[in-house]
Amino acid sequence: MNLLKEAQQVIKHNIRDYGMYIALFIIMVTFTILTDGLFMSSRNISNLLDASGYIAVLAVGVMLVIVIRHIDLSIGFLAGFLGAIAAILLLNGVSVFLVIPIVLVLGVLAGSATGFLVAKVGIPAFVATLAGWLIYRGAILLVTEKSGTINVDDEAFNAIGNGYIPSIAQVGGLHLLSLLIGATGIILYIFSAINNRKNKIKYNFDVVSKPMFIIQLTFVSAIIAYFTWLLAGYNGISWTVVIILLVVIVYHFVTTKTVIGRHIYAVGSNPEAAHLSGISVSKITFLVFGSMGMLSGLSGILFTARLQSATTTAGTLFELDAIAAAFVGGVSAAGGVGKVTGAVIGAVVMATLTNGMNLMGVGIAPQYMIRGGVLALAVIFDVMTRRQRA
Amino acid sequence: MSEYILEMNQISKEFPGVKALSNVNFKVGRGEIHCLVGENGAGKSTLMKVLSGVYPYGTYEGDIVFNGHVQRFNKISDSVDVGIAIIYQELALFPDLSVYENIFINNEIQSGGVLNWNEAIVQSKQLLEKVKLKVNPETLIKDLGVGKQQLVEIAKALSKEVKLLILDEPTAALNENDSENLLDLLRVLKEQGITSIMISHKLKEVIAIADKATVLRDGETMCTLDASKGEITEAAIIKNMVGREIGNIYPERAEKVFGEKILELINWSAYDSKIGRHVAKDVNIHVKQGEIVGIAGLMGAGRTELAQSIFGNAKNYKLQGDLFVDGMPANYKHTSDAIKAGIAYVTEDRKGNGLFLLQDIKNNISAGNLKGISANGIVNENEEIKVAEEYRTSLGIKTPSIQQLVGNLSGGNQQKVSLGKWLFVSPKLLILDEPTRGIDVGAKFEIYTVMNELIAKGMSIIMVSSELGEILGMSDRVYVMAEGEIKGELSSEEASQEKIMQLATQ
Repeated sequence: MNLLKEAQQVIKHNIRDYGMYIALFIIMVTFTILTDGLFMSSRNISNLLDASGYIAVLAVGVMLVIVIRHIDLSIGFLAGFLGAIAAILLLNGVSVFLVIPIVLVLGVLAGSATGFLVAKVGIPAFVATLAGWLIYRGAILLVTEKSGTINVDDEAFNAIGNGYIPSIAQVGGLHLLSLLIGATGIILYIFSAINNRKNKIKYNFDVVSKPMFIIQLTFVSAIIAYFTWLLAGYNGISWTVVIILLVVIVYHFVTTKTVIGRHIYAVGSNPEAAHLSGISVSKITFLVFGSMGMLSGLSGILFTARLQSATTTAGTLFELDAIAAAFVGGVSAAGGVGKVTGAVIGAVVMATLTNGMNLMGVGIAPQYMIRGGVLALAVIFDVMTRRQRA
Repeated sequence: MSEYILEMNQISKEFPGVKALSNVNFKVGRGEIHCLVGENGAGKSTLMKVLSGVYPYGTYEGDIVFNGHVQRFNKISDSVDVGIAIIYQELALFPDLSVYENIFINNEIQSGGVLNWNEAIVQSKQLLEKVKLKVNPETLIKDLGVGKQQLVEIAKALSKEVKLLILDEPTAALNENDSENLLDLLRVLKEQGITSIMISHKLKEVIAIADKATVLRDGETMCTLDASKGEITEAAIIKNMVGREIGNIYPERAEKVFGEKILELINWSAYDSKIGRHVAKDVNIHVKQGEIVGIAGLMGAGRTELAQSIFGNAKNYKLQGDLFVDGMPANYKHTSDAIKAGIAYVTEDRKGNGLFLLQDIKNNISAGNLKGISANGIVNENEEIKVAEEYRTSLGIKTPSIQQLVGNLSGGNQQKVSLGKWLFVSPKLLILDEPTRGIDVGAKFEIYTVMNELIAKGMSIIMVSSELGEILGMSDRVYVMAEGEIKGELSSEEASQEKIMQLATQ
């Protein structure tokens, strides 16, 4: 009985953090029921995650831009443009191992240009990036004008969007390496959670009771195990998922554990106080837009690899999907609040909606409306829970 | 008709934890110029906000009788409707609209919803003539100086057939010429039967223009002086403004040992290009090691601006003159340079630009010196917790945990977090801007005690404060500022409330 009460308390206190996961869970269960289990099939989940990749990485970047109280509208067409550049380089025989760093560096340069306009010249980010939106849109047309769609036949490159990590061996029809990665993930998670808890106890911070802690551990481990099993039952973990995981791990680490991360949130929560604390607001602005550019490049690579071609309309509306994902993921429009994991889950929620409704054969018109409704609900939830805490 | 146009009887107004006004009586005679004076925080602005309906009927106690009728203003427009107009220090004009558009904003001349701009321009010309402002009504507000903008505000008030004009420190931002014009205009309006209430810190002005002067102190009416009886004198006003007993709320200092000059400013000026004037002018001051230097003055004297110009020129002023830190010339480009040199600045506005309210105590304390607890750019959270715990204990921050969000703490505890944040950068010179504003007596005493401990360890402190008691009780030496200039330097023996007030109101 006590445990139940504690569970209620834990959920109530962390409703902002858990809300999104609960929503995702409900959406997934609903679709599974409505599609007679088709939604939760290995193949579909694998596809869903691959399809959300290029938006997820953009969402992480734009989440940080929103945290520092700016916005970036140029990222969709920048991703499309950089994807086209990647395709052209590959067509001209440049090795894929050179193409990727080149595109990422170009992304950083483009992002820094935006950063310069915003941080140094003082142009509102909305306007500066709207200009970028137009410029990169023109740039895509320019480079694809003659050829139209550019097909990419480099297998290594296309694997980024469509390939899977090697299996080593199949165990009972399951992808072994994927299972190993899943198991490692669970072990690392349990290890760090225990470590974290020990530390908190050492400093007399509030921790949940031991049985509650074990329930939490089991629950999260079970979810990781379930998804690993799902993916291992199809082709295993895809390269896209590997890339998303890498981005999440790196960005999560940087935002939560490093000085730069702290400075980003400081600038977002109170730029004046940050300045008076000796933090260079313009440097942080540069950095966040630079990272945004790099992730746009990565998004372009993922999208081009997935389609195995660069098209004249690549990147259309990516920016708004990414911004929506970031808001569904709990970033605050007032700045200073937002999580990397939130942005990625937000992207997965939006992709899940599209995927599930497609499976059900819902028309495109209601799809847009429902996704709009979910976005509005997510933000309403965010505002309500914030008010409750204040 | 009564001889008074306005009677405010037994007005009391409470904010959570503070009694801002207690049983204030304020009577203004018809057709007079009545000045309202008092220290910062004496309740002048609160009283005017009660009068103008900013604080609606029911949120205060007492009655307002205006023009013979008891008034219950529920909103600002109610007071405007009976003929009360208030002109704030921060002018309420739209810089990108023209003079005539500003004059008739929300009072537009219209027939059936269609605006008659031509009529507005014609009427504006007449109103501008009344306030003796010779500009084309189609000029944009942003192209006018502050003095002229103020006249537009008055013209706007006249367009609403104002009976009682309230001016909140109208000359604070004006040069002498403009101030003189404004005072002349008030005299002219008086002849036309308009009553004025003027809040002012400049006693010379008060003496020059007031028919009556009411002095507030700590939310109470001290007296109303009458010029016709020769009562309005500098001495009388100052005596009523200050006169508070300084109790034993300042902890004893151990013996005072002063070292070398740690900071020196020579002919230091700071020009704010955003408002187009000097916020600090020809300042020559110094601070010795182990010294608490008080900077006294009234609101808008330029004390915060001076402090921020020293602290890495945080507001990007155009600077002139020399700054020496530890005897070496210093030229800081960014606040981080000043921090590196050992200067820390605890802001007067802890919620606005001091703290990260949505972050917890430990993140706030470490924000100024994350480098000190990180290796290779990675924050050592254990170290951070240890540091935060240390300051929690040594400063007595009352909180269940250092994971508490700073926004949820009381003012006194927030101030201690601010202080902790800056002590963690281990500065040589700590600039405290209004260190005890808005916090209770107990927390004040704790902060004073910490200041004395720091001084004993060899730190130096500049304390900017509007509280005379604090300035006298804590400082080893006092500079008095007004209008961006240092008006005088007083040793702790010479300094008295009267002397400081005299210098501050020049």
